[in-house]
Amino acid sequence: MASSIRVRAIANGETTDVQTLIQHPMDSGFVKNDKGEFIPAHFIQELTFEHDGKKVFVADWGTAVSKDPYVKFSFKGGNKGDDLKVSWIDNKGESDITTVKIQ
Amino acid sequence: MTIPFNGLPVTRRLILSGAGSVAIAGLGIISFRPVAALAAANDKYPDDAFRQKDGNEAIKLLYGRSAEPSDRIKLDAPEIAENGAVVPISVSTTLADVTTVSFVVPENPNPLAAYYRIPPGTMPNVANRLKMAKTSNIIVIVEAGGKLYSATREVKVTIGGCGG
Amino acid sequence: MAALAAILAAFASLTLWSAQPAGAADRPDPVAEAAAFRNYFVKKFPEVKLEEFVNGPYALNGDMRRQWQEIDQFSPYEFSLEKGKELFATPFANGKTYADCFPNRGVGIRQNYPYFDASEGKVVTLELALNRCRVANGERPLSHVGDAMAALTAHMAFTSRGKPFDIKIPDDPRALEAFENGKRYFYTRRGQLNFSCATCHVQYPGEHMRAEVLAPALGILNAMPIYRSEWGGMGTISRRFTTCNSQIRSLPLEPQSEEYRDLEYYLSYLSNGLPISGPGARP
Repeated sequence: MASSIRVRAIANGETTDVQTLIQHPMDSGFVKNDKGEFIPAHFIQELTFEHDGKKVFVADWGTAVSKDPYVKFSFKGGNKGDDLKVSWIDNKGESDITTVKIQ
Repeated sequence: MTIPFNGLPVTRRLILSGAGSVAIAGLGIISFRPVAALAAANDKYPDDAFRQKDGNEAIKLLYGRSAEPSDRIKLDAPEIAENGAVVPISVSTTLADVTTVSFVVPENPNPLAAYYRIPPGTMPNVANRLKMAKTSNIIVIVEAGGKLYSATREVKVTIGGCGG
Repeated sequence: MAALAAILAAFASLTLWSAQPAGAADRPDPVAEAAAFRNYFVKKFPEVKLEEFVNGPYALNGDMRRQWQEIDQFSPYEFSLEKGKELFATPFANGKTYADCFPNRGVGIRQNYPYFDASEGKVVTLELALNRCRVANGERPLSHVGDAMAALTAHMAFTSRGKPFDIKIPDDPRALEAFENGKRYFYTRRGQLNFSCATCHVQYPGEHMRAEVLAPALGILNAMPIYRSEWGGMGTISRRFTTCNSQIRSLPLEPQSEEYRDLEYYLSYLSNGLPISGPGARP
């Protein structure tokens, strides 16, 4: 899987439960490497979830979100087989996007 | 932790409660942080708030007003973090019309940790994993029905999560 | 003083050297040893189910257990696990794969390692077997403390999840000697802190050492390799043995040196019957 984004989206009665785990260093900029130099900040700033053309959840993150970040939320609606689009952009302008099917 | 903020002009209250399309040009009475306050009311990434070194300042920048403690917010966090680098923290609430949820860790170098936008139809429950530099309160702020509520919990941290 | 007497009594029951009748003194009895080892921990932690010991500190501390369960719902070790699966399936330059080196194509076999290789007269661990496979197929060996070896052993452990440890000690004096050698290492004090493995993992499991809650020695390797929050990544048994030595201010041995392999053999055997839970997560 080339994407950094792992999603588990499960239709659960009236709501869809979403968990996501993203491979990203989330460097805060406060940590030094072996040479004593600060590792530059490199972290996801915005993570967006879209279903049926509209945003169902948006996360704005700072440097205090853990490495390989995780978030869980639920939204009303969403049926098995629907697409859920997940995208992020970080402070360096890097980004990733993936679309999964709700289970 | 409460920030006194009295006598807000009506138009400013409207902006802060999310009626985002109100134009601010020519209102004159708006002074210091209209743009940043708008950040909370629109889709802009609240960069200034994330850069704040002080928890109170971050909340002020993000929301422009103070939050009142609410027992309708359930904040789950460990008593002692097994490792400050990955502290699982979650929140749920019975408050209605929740539009945003944010987490503030006052003892962190940048206290604002995360800010979540909850569109209509999305449940007001969020679970995430945060870094904590040292023992600190975790403050969750829930914006519901245009008002601001909070809950606080202390998490002890023995191994700091910010490295070094 | 009562506590000290209890500890000494526990040690006495563990080390059968003192209990063996004359004549049997030269003959180690791993079966009895394993039973005594297990009984010690079961008695020390009566509320803990036997198979729960593989979860280390999470079996003994509720606050930590909740954090672990939360994170385990969707653990960052997923990435290493995926990488391991990919690495395992990637052919060598000569076209062969790891699967060609292992019984059952390398699937569901982790619980059989380490084993005593009679032809060589030494203990062979999974890490060693993986590198031997590489070298036999013209590849350079992997670092025993690096990410690739961790990912590979994570994948192999995952295919064995739930299977009980099944370490064999053949009726061979050299195998028994390896077992005894591992035991010796386990109980010998070392380093500036003058700790043995047993000091933390037999005497004080469940207690805090600074910020850590000490894991019981029973089941301690079942979760390996482990994703440690401290490392921010997955690490092998070799990595844990070497860093543990460093942490008690003792000079670490070379990964996969004889003492470490015998130590792994000893500890794994004592945990026979307990399920493989790897790859695991730890603070």
